[in-house]
Amino acid sequence: MKLNDIVIQTTTKFVLFIILAFSIFIFFNGHHHPGGGFIGGLMTSAAITLLLLAFDFETVKRILPIDFKILTASGMLIATLTGMGGLVFGGPFLSHTFGYVHLPFFGEVELATALLFDLGVYFVVVGSALTIIEMIGGDQ
Amino acid sequence: MFTTLHLAIIAPFFIAIVVPILYKYFPRTHTGWFVLFVPILLFLYFLRFIPETSNGNTYHAVFDWIPSLGIQFTAYVDGLGLLFALLITGIGSLVVLYSIYYLSKEQEALNRFYVFLLMFMGAMLGVVLSDNLLVLYVFWEVTSISSFLLISYWYERDKSRYGAMKSLLITVVGGFAMLVGFILLYQMTGTFSIQTMIQSVDDFTEHALFLPTMLCILLGAFTKSAQFPFHIWLPDAMEAPTPVSAYLHSATMVKAGIYLVARLSPIFAISGEWLWLVAGFGITTLFWGSFNAVRQTDLKGILAFSTVSQLGMILSMLGVGALALHFDGIDNNVYIGATAAALFHLMNHATFKGSLFMMVGIVDHETGTRDIRRLGGLMTIMPITFTIAVIGSFSMAGLPPFNGFLSKEMFFTAMVDVASFQQFNMDTFGVLFPVVAWVASVFTFIYSMMLVFKTFGGKLQLGQLEKKPHEAPFGMLLSPIILISLVIVFGFFPNILAYTVIEPAMASILPSLLRNGEHFLVDIYFWHGWTVELFMTMGVVLIGTVLYLTLRKWKSIYSLFPKHLSFNHLYDTTITRGESLSAKVTGMYMTGSVKHYLIYILTFFSIFLLYVLFSTDAFALNTDHLAPISMYEWLLAIVLALSAIAIMFAKNRLATLIILGVSGYSVALFFVTLRAPDLALTQLVIETVSVVMFLLGFYHLPEIAENFKKARFQVKNFIISFLVGFTVTVIGISASSTRLFESIADFFPKASYDEAGGNNMVNVILVDFRGFDTLFEILVLTIASIGIFVVIKLRLNEKEER
Repeated sequence: MKLNDIVIQTTTKFVLFIILAFSIFIFFNGHHHPGGGFIGGLMTSAAITLLLLAFDFETVKRILPIDFKILTASGMLIATLTGMGGLVFGGPFLSHTFGYVHLPFFGEVELATALLFDLGVYFVVVGSALTIIEMIGGDQ
Repeated sequence: MFTTLHLAIIAPFFIAIVVPILYKYFPRTHTGWFVLFVPILLFLYFLRFIPETSNGNTYHAVFDWIPSLGIQFTAYVDGLGLLFALLITGIGSLVVLYSIYYLSKEQEALNRFYVFLLMFMGAMLGVVLSDNLLVLYVFWEVTSISSFLLISYWYERDKSRYGAMKSLLITVVGGFAMLVGFILLYQMTGTFSIQTMIQSVDDFTEHALFLPTMLCILLGAFTKSAQFPFHIWLPDAMEAPTPVSAYLHSATMVKAGIYLVARLSPIFAISGEWLWLVAGFGITTLFWGSFNAVRQTDLKGILAFSTVSQLGMILSMLGVGALALHFDGIDNNVYIGATAAALFHLMNHATFKGSLFMMVGIVDHETGTRDIRRLGGLMTIMPITFTIAVIGSFSMAGLPPFNGFLSKEMFFTAMVDVASFQQFNMDTFGVLFPVVAWVASVFTFIYSMMLVFKTFGGKLQLGQLEKKPHEAPFGMLLSPIILISLVIVFGFFPNILAYTVIEPAMASILPSLLRNGEHFLVDIYFWHGWTVELFMTMGVVLIGTVLYLTLRKWKSIYSLFPKHLSFNHLYDTTITRGESLSAKVTGMYMTGSVKHYLIYILTFFSIFLLYVLFSTDAFALNTDHLAPISMYEWLLAIVLALSAIAIMFAKNRLATLIILGVSGYSVALFFVTLRAPDLALTQLVIETVSVVMFLLGFYHLPEIAENFKKARFQVKNFIISFLVGFTVTVIGISASSTRLFESIADFFPKASYDEAGGNNMVNVILVDFRGFDTLFEILVLTIASIGIFVVIKLRLNEKEER
């Protein structure tokens, strides 16, 4: 699908970063405010999809040399390993824990293992959505 | 608790994960060298249990595997389990060593081979060392699957795939029957632990389910151990690489059925049906296998039928051994000799058959053929291999001074004793046992001689061979030499096995015979005087030699059996008929039209749900607790309804897509007004991404056809769509009007902060409280994306090929 539209391309260059930043924000925000891995992942895929629409598949492949299948798989792996983390400490599979730590610059921050699991969800959503779009769209 | 023993059982699985990495990063070393240390270490580890078990002790460790279902992975080491564990790891070590020389690292996909082999080893250890029947079943099926994968190792060959499929179908059908048997056992005893069942065995021998249970379990054991008439899979399994045949299909996996029979003997063996079934099928298999081995021309074919027959022999001895239970104690109890013989022969068979398989592998490797019509005269060219073949075959034929002679004598003793037993019609039909045993032994003698003299005797036919034969490298000979030395060592000093392994194993099979502190006494020796057994052996040698020499004259009796009556033919027709029948049935409703599928799904959905809804009188309409409807919501509802109606009248795809978007976004807005930001956000992004996906998909579709645009009103479609709408609405109204449970509105906000440290309860539910759901959802996503990838990629590749 070859679109040659200067307006959408220029806009994309600006908007893309806003959406990406927002999606990452929303991902981290998920524990306490609306958001999370699923929404964040979808939003990131939406951003990259916008890039695909504005430019073409070859360009996107060049600036984002990621194999989305591997991204999906690593997401799956992160989620499963996080789940198994509970087993190491004698809890059942997928049990989570959380704690509060003081980080420089960020101040008092809550760290939860659920966030790691969510990272896996994020990767799987981005990976699988883009694998599908890439396959359907790239198949000429 | 998770103990070293548990670790030892599943260690092969862990190593299997590492094998592909080792294969990739150490391409210059044969992967087998890395794998070799696993069985060796495990063998040494299990050796340490011998002092324990020979003192009559058992060792068990419980690991709660699925506590919520009460399934424990109980590792249980007693004499019987240990015997098999040593067999698995011992033969395993030798087979891995052999495979290093047999499989070339340049040409074969060694990573797959060793992954499957280790998988099998772990599963087999699990089968023999689990006390819990369900755990045993899981491991049992893993052995079937790894056997399937190993038989189809050279999957580009048709015969490998055929053999693999056949073995899987037959053993898994048996496995299912066995599972049913296990569940029935649970019904009767209320436990899955074998040892607990054995303790309460007297309570359920009269139970109505006792016989069906026994039949189901025996079906599993017989299919696995290739008993007549299920033996047909084993000869076809010989398509596997020879190390696999030596390991799985002669020394270990096919003995899983024997293990099961031995293990469950304390539960079932008291009944007459067990005796007749186990001993009867065993002896039939013994005869049929040896009889058919003689007609084979492929060396591995001979060994396959020979394995079938020897397995039958072991099983028949186990069956006869059950007679011992009808006497008190172990003094003057002649029938316990049969059980000892079964176990002794089990070990002997592993040694001589393992070495014979390896010998055949060497011949195949060095000459390029296994066909006895093309082989011959290798005696002087391959002297070491020849020696191995002679000792192995003579032991198999039951000739002194090898271990096979000893167990053959014990076998004859058991069979002769059967005829004198006074119950279960044994005194009338029992005489068949020694007769059939003797006839089968004659055939065993004949094929053993064929194995040696057709390969190594006679004239060398260089023109028939693919390669110029020469002796195999030392490494390849090492494993069979070790095994063949064991044949001789066990022949001269059988009692080193008797005290360490056989006696404790007998204690596991016949526990009820032992009083406190007693243990079985097994003493195996050569000379019993001029007994019936000795004359039987002499007769076997005499008649066997005559028949071997006149083989050409009577071989035509094999063509007397019509081919279309064979079990193989039955199997093949069942498979092809089954395939065409299911293709017909499936073809009737799987038309390939999306419209039809939607009709099935939606009709079922609405009729079923409406039926349940009204038959349980669940419909309710209650508007008391509802908030007033605001202006926004009226507006959104109208937009939503209008867009839904408008879709039907859209004339092209782009318009459809846009209207669909309208309804999607208005749902998102609904979420906003209902203050569900998470849902609103998700819906918005999903709507956006799916519009793009539709666009991309539409790009590939042809224009909407003219006749589709003018589609007429169809009553059937209208009814279905009306029903769906009606069902959803009615269920929605009823769901919001009924309050069966207390509201969770108070529980979740508090619990999510206190227990999971999050303020956003939607997210906390997703990643923490219902983490399993999410895990499986992302798994579904992953599978879906891989599926789409594969489908499209395959189509692309096909295009390129054209």
